Amino acid sequence: MRKSPITLFGTCAIVLLSSLALTPAAQAAGGAVPGSKVCKDKENPPKDAVTKGGCIVADRRKGVCINCHQIAGAAQAGDVATRLENVAARFAGEDGKKRLRDQIYDARKANPNTVMPPFGPHAMLSNDEIDQVVEFLLTL
Amino acid sequence: MKKIAILLTALGVGVGVMAAAQADPASDLKAFRAYFQKKFPTVKFDDYANGFYPLPGMEIYREQWDAFNEFPPYELGLADGRKIWAKPFPNGKTYASCFKNGGKKIAQNYPYWDDGKQEVRTAEMDLMDCAKKNGATDKFLSADLNKDTKSRVQLAELTAAFYELSKGERVKIDLSKPGAVAAYEDGKKRWWKRRGQLNFACANCHMDLAGKNFGGNQPLSAALGHPVGWPAQRLGWARLETIHQRYRTCNSQVRDKPGKHGDKAYNHIQLYETYLSSGLPLTAPAMRN
Ligand code: HEC
Ligand code: HEC
Repeated sequence: MRKSPITLFGTCAIVLLSSLALTPAAQAAGGAVPGSKVCKDKENPPKDAVTKGGCIVADRRKGVCINCHQIAGAAQAGDVATRLENVAARFAGEDGKKRLRDQIYDARKANPNTVMPPFGPHAMLSNDEIDQVVEFLLTL
Repeated sequence: MKKIAILLTALGVGVGVMAAAQADPASDLKAFRAYFQKKFPTVKFDDYANGFYPLPGMEIYREQWDAFNEFPPYELGLADGRKIWAKPFPNGKTYASCFKNGGKKIAQNYPYWDDGKQEVRTAEMDLMDCAKKNGATDKFLSADLNKDTKSRVQLAELTAAFYELSKGERVKIDLSKPGAVAAYEDGKKRWWKRRGQLNFACANCHMDLAGKNFGGNQPLSAALGHPVGWPAQRLGWARLETIHQRYRTCNSQVRDKPGKHGDKAYNHIQLYETYLSSGLPLTAPAMRN
């Protein structure tokens, strides 16, 4: 599932081109949160984990991530926490992926005084949704 | 996995630096002021009476705020409040008759501990009791202030007129009675407790994250100075509101069920927050984002 930077770049380009050409098929996005056109497309809802995860991250009601984290593709975001970038490099390998998932499932594990909400225990995101968010973050 | 989750939730109850230490109000106050002095060394003490606007990085918001204050949009509501304040009750008396010094220069002591009634009293409570005692039948005296916005705003307007008579007076809260300290401690406990789906305590947003921007267009104020501008008018609300309505909104923001307007729990939080703003000048009513 992990992508090399080159295929990543390619995917972005394809998404850009296909949205320009108004191709309805939602492609696997990465590197930046997808736009609302992609996320809210009722006829062709996002199907792949990366795009779904990106849409969750971008959604202020759902992931609420951008209330605190700046991230490529999100125009207005908070400055409460780190900018979400170089995630793939910083959370490399199976161990990194596990740490990343833990961070989103329950940030209190790494920092008991954190302000990041406990998305898992407080049922803000389902296990599947957390997995999708992880897949998306690993494209950053 | 589930077990671990439950355990972590139990452990995750916020324990702040100040909450952890058993301290008397005077040491709380010292620690609280020191916290903000260290966090924002360039902000002058008195300026904390002006919401988040004096905090570093808020220059653009401050410019807008200064412009608004030339013709403050709350003036209309405040004028309504002044009318209610001055209008005689059926028996000919007015609100001024219920208050020491005709209501002038006394709001800096609110909320206060009433040892006879054994409860914390807010300005809203005294205003409402005054009206009832004198035979008034205004709707805000009996309405459900959680739901009836029009009535709540009327009460906010009246309270704003009351606070205006004490503008510039410095907050001075009497905690000499044991009951007052107990209410203060209860407010403190609530202030530091994490709540809601987002798991935030008041302290998280108004200490840890003070001066940061939540969501990109919502700066967060320092708790120092919190109550002194209320009742206030927010740009988005476009009407004067009570401080309890502000608290309710903060609760909703973390996806928690808001408390009841006028509830004892909020009175205690208000007592705690106001004591921690001791020495700051009252600026109510004020404009806020
Ligand atoms: C209310 C604020 C807040 C929200 C909402 C939030 N975070 Fe965080 N996040 C933080 C803070 C603060 C940290 C810094 C570490 C800590 O204190 O736990 C952090 C740390 C992280 C980290 C590790 C730090 C890094 O950059 O390597 C990741 C990854 C992360 N958050 C992802 C997310 C994702 C994904 C979401 C949404 C599903 C999210 N966060 C929502 C506040 C938040
Ligand atoms: C999720 C973040 C968050 C939490 C938690 C929160 N607030 Fe707020 N609060 C805000 C925002 C946003 C504002 C509006 C901007 C400002 O003035 O800080 C605000 C404003 C206020 C104000 C008005 C400040 C002023 O100068 O006008 C008071 C008073 C206040 N909050 C009290 C509380 C109390 C008490 C609690 C806990 C019961 C609390 N807040 C919890 C976000 C929060």
